[in-house]
Amino acid sequence: MEVTVTINGSAVSADVEARTLLVHYIRDTAGLTGTNVGCDTSSCGACTVHLNGEAVKSCTVLAAQADGQEVTTIEGLAPSEDEMHPMQTAFMECHALQCGYCTPGMVMASVSLLDEIPNPTEAQVREGLEGNLCRCTGYHNIVKAVLTASGATEGVPA
Amino acid sequence: MTQVDGSILGNAVLRREDPSLLVGADQYLDDLKLDGAGYVHFVRSEYAHATINGVDASSALEMPGVIGVYTAADLDIPPFIAFPAFPETLGRPPLAVGKVRFVGDLIAAVVAETREQAVDAAEMVVVDADPLPVVTTAPEALAEGAVQLYDDLGANVCFATAIGEDLDPFEGADTVVECTMNSQRLAGVPMEPNGCAVIPDGDHLTVYMSSQNPVAVRDVVVGTLGLDPEKVRVLAPAVGGGFGPKAGPYPEFLILTKLAQMLGQSVRWHEERSENMVNMVQGRDMVLTAKMGFTNDGKIVGLDCNVLANAGAYATIGGILALFTQTMIQAVYEMPKVKFSATTALTNTPPIGAYRGAGRPEATQVIERVLDMGADALGIDPAEIRRMNFLQPESFPLTTAGGANYDSGEYEKALDAALEAADYQGLLAQQAERRASGAVKQLGIGVSAYVEVTAPAGLHVEYGAVEIHDDGKVTAKVGTSAHGQGHITAFSMIVSDMLGVPMDDITVLQSDTDHIPRGVGTMGSRSLQTAGSAVHVASETVLVKAKALAAHMLEASESDIVVGDGGLQVAGVPSSSVSWADLAAAANDASKLPEGMEPGLAHELDFDGTDSTFPFGAHVSVVEVDTETGQVEMLRHIAVDDCGKILNPMIVTGQQHGGIAQGAAQALYEEVAFDEMGNPITSNLMDYAIPSAAELCSFETHNTETPSPRNPLGAKGIGESGTIGSTPAIHNAVVDAVSHLGVSHIDMPLSAQRVWKAMQDAS
Repeated sequence: MEVTVTINGSAVSADVEARTLLVHYIRDTAGLTGTNVGCDTSSCGACTVHLNGEAVKSCTVLAAQADGQEVTTIEGLAPSEDEMHPMQTAFMECHALQCGYCTPGMVMASVSLLDEIPNPTEAQVREGLEGNLCRCTGYHNIVKAVLTASGATEGVPA
Repeated sequence: MTQVDGSILGNAVLRREDPSLLVGADQYLDDLKLDGAGYVHFVRSEYAHATINGVDASSALEMPGVIGVYTAADLDIPPFIAFPAFPETLGRPPLAVGKVRFVGDLIAAVVAETREQAVDAAEMVVVDADPLPVVTTAPEALAEGAVQLYDDLGANVCFATAIGEDLDPFEGADTVVECTMNSQRLAGVPMEPNGCAVIPDGDHLTVYMSSQNPVAVRDVVVGTLGLDPEKVRVLAPAVGGGFGPKAGPYPEFLILTKLAQMLGQSVRWHEERSENMVNMVQGRDMVLTAKMGFTNDGKIVGLDCNVLANAGAYATIGGILALFTQTMIQAVYEMPKVKFSATTALTNTPPIGAYRGAGRPEATQVIERVLDMGADALGIDPAEIRRMNFLQPESFPLTTAGGANYDSGEYEKALDAALEAADYQGLLAQQAERRASGAVKQLGIGVSAYVEVTAPAGLHVEYGAVEIHDDGKVTAKVGTSAHGQGHITAFSMIVSDMLGVPMDDITVLQSDTDHIPRGVGTMGSRSLQTAGSAVHVASETVLVKAKALAAHMLEASESDIVVGDGGLQVAGVPSSSVSWADLAAAANDASKLPEGMEPGLAHELDFDGTDSTFPFGAHVSVVEVDTETGQVEMLRHIAVDDCGKILNPMIVTGQQHGGIAQGAAQALYEEVAFDEMGNPITSNLMDYAIPSAAELCSFETHNTETPSPRNPLGAKGIGESGTIGSTPAIHNAVVDAVSHLGVSHIDMPLSAQRVWKAMQDAS
């Protein structure tokens, strides 16, 4: 079936099998491999992107469901490595990534979290990122990065 | 960033790795664009133990896009030994020959034009198998009359060890306490599963693998397949975590390489998560029984510890990890008599391999638990009983009963720091209040002290090289292979500090046999102390030579040459200087070299630390246990980890955090489980509960710094300390929260159900 998804501002059209997941459309059809796949049960959140501005796990959405919609991936969040989104900068400055595999999904989920709750508590950040798994950082510095990006001056872990 | 003593070392330098990772630009294995590559999907055993009578691929071969279906007979790859200690009898055929030994064992490889076609076709392969009886635990496998996994082995045993067999460890003891500890099976779960891709080009092969040690694995691949090492390039792209299970060879690497060679076509395999959960080597799975004798005043008299370890179906390094447990069984204590024995059994479960800690956490877990039981029996505070039994700093170096050659340690200092940071006395008072008031949520305080071994078992030698180029830029090469640890940053810091070259002008090469002639890899928390030291020594050697060259060029005394801005200069005379670019050019120009000096500004070596190093520390865990439901909540976790001299505190803290989380996961959440038929019942991330941010608290991490004398950096490993220190502290805290209700031990993971049941049983 013919599907057109606007990814990072550019329309991407392709004839795909009905079973094609959005994450595979992003990776294989659009060739944007920053979005990763870490599980097959929609548990890990490595594939998190924004669909019409809200975080979704792109493995839980069919490409067909995204037809005519707007998707933003990690590649579309900031213009370049030299001009990163404030959340990416916070992740770097707080050492909120190690192997980097969960990072694109974690950053996309974190941006969406602050859109929803601009000034979250630590507990709200932890609950809000429950759907994104990281095996390297123990989450400490991820929570710190999100709180830092929110502009919090109190309640940020050391 | 503030600089210490004008040196970059010891500073929280941000990672050079991060910008490209943060914008999604790095390429992990599945991101590689390989035109026309066939996708491989494996037909795996659905039985834990069975004889294979035949494989019918006729329907699969008619499926769209199928290139071929291959069994052991088609590929003819000899059995391989995943760890050199084991005999040929234990060799694993990459594809099953006559028998399968665990659910997930490889039977056939399907190659198709797309990933989906390969999966669909694999569904159509019919395997004719007769199930055999199954053993999934070490005690079952060792029982008389148990089904045998291997015909020629005589028993389901791949390894056994014992020390102190003739000792009476309890002579003079007033009290002996006993603890049986199930250090349950865990899955490593790197967020990127395993994978491999092979590209043939004439008679050359390029093998990509998601590995912690591609350079070393090359030897197994070429050795097993009889290939010319010169014609096989092995490399790792970006690797999304390892934690031990990505160290070592996998049968899939051999199969893919053989397929690419046979088909003359690129092939790729990307493990799915549900495949990963049954296929990747797993960790722990030891039952440890420890008896510890004490005098009435709390001094340890002796230990008797017996271990039954599970190696899984095929012996990898996991088969010998009980040896690491033996090495570390004396822990941080004076232990006059130590008796230890271990037997490792083969069972119908996925192979056990190295997983963060690998044999050492098990030792710490049982010792720290039995010590708490002793403290409880004798009415001594858990912190105090540790303090009174610590090995003292002046006794180092020392060789333990387990044969470990401890380099340095100040155990009491770490414990004191942890207790102070935790406000231990304040916590005890809060706990007393809650107990007195009969609060539903009781407070538990757990203490652990540990020592572990990094660069263990002879892994203290590593390749490193440094070269200065004509443009003044520097290349460093290492035999280790980072996959999240930040080595590019750490090793650049070492070179930059020595030569004064900006970090951005330093390229660090790793993980690729085209650049790295030999290497052990990244495992056992060994990379900084081995490869980092190699880079340090190589930089220093190059600097010494460059100084001699500069002295010749500047007509100055060698002893007056110092590192200056962008090169070398005469001390105090910045105008008398020579840039690194000019030095490198001169070093390659015979007319400019002093007499007798070899050309080039490069040095390579195999750094030899002479032995392992022994990081240590103390953790305090504070938990709340709901006495009505058994639910455990981590309130605080305080860690004091001593990894010797710290190069980059930001990276060290990150390792502590990740380690604590994985240690907490063992204490509270994770367990790989099988039913009685050997079917995995935790084969995806819905059923296997790795913790999310919501389950964990923030961590309070600290360090003491006791340098190791075994390398010029004074470094010890930090990768596994958090895992080793945290699990027993949390375990002790949970038991402590309900000990006043009569509970003396609960098996991990400390689920609400188990904690609740322990309280019910005790009342």
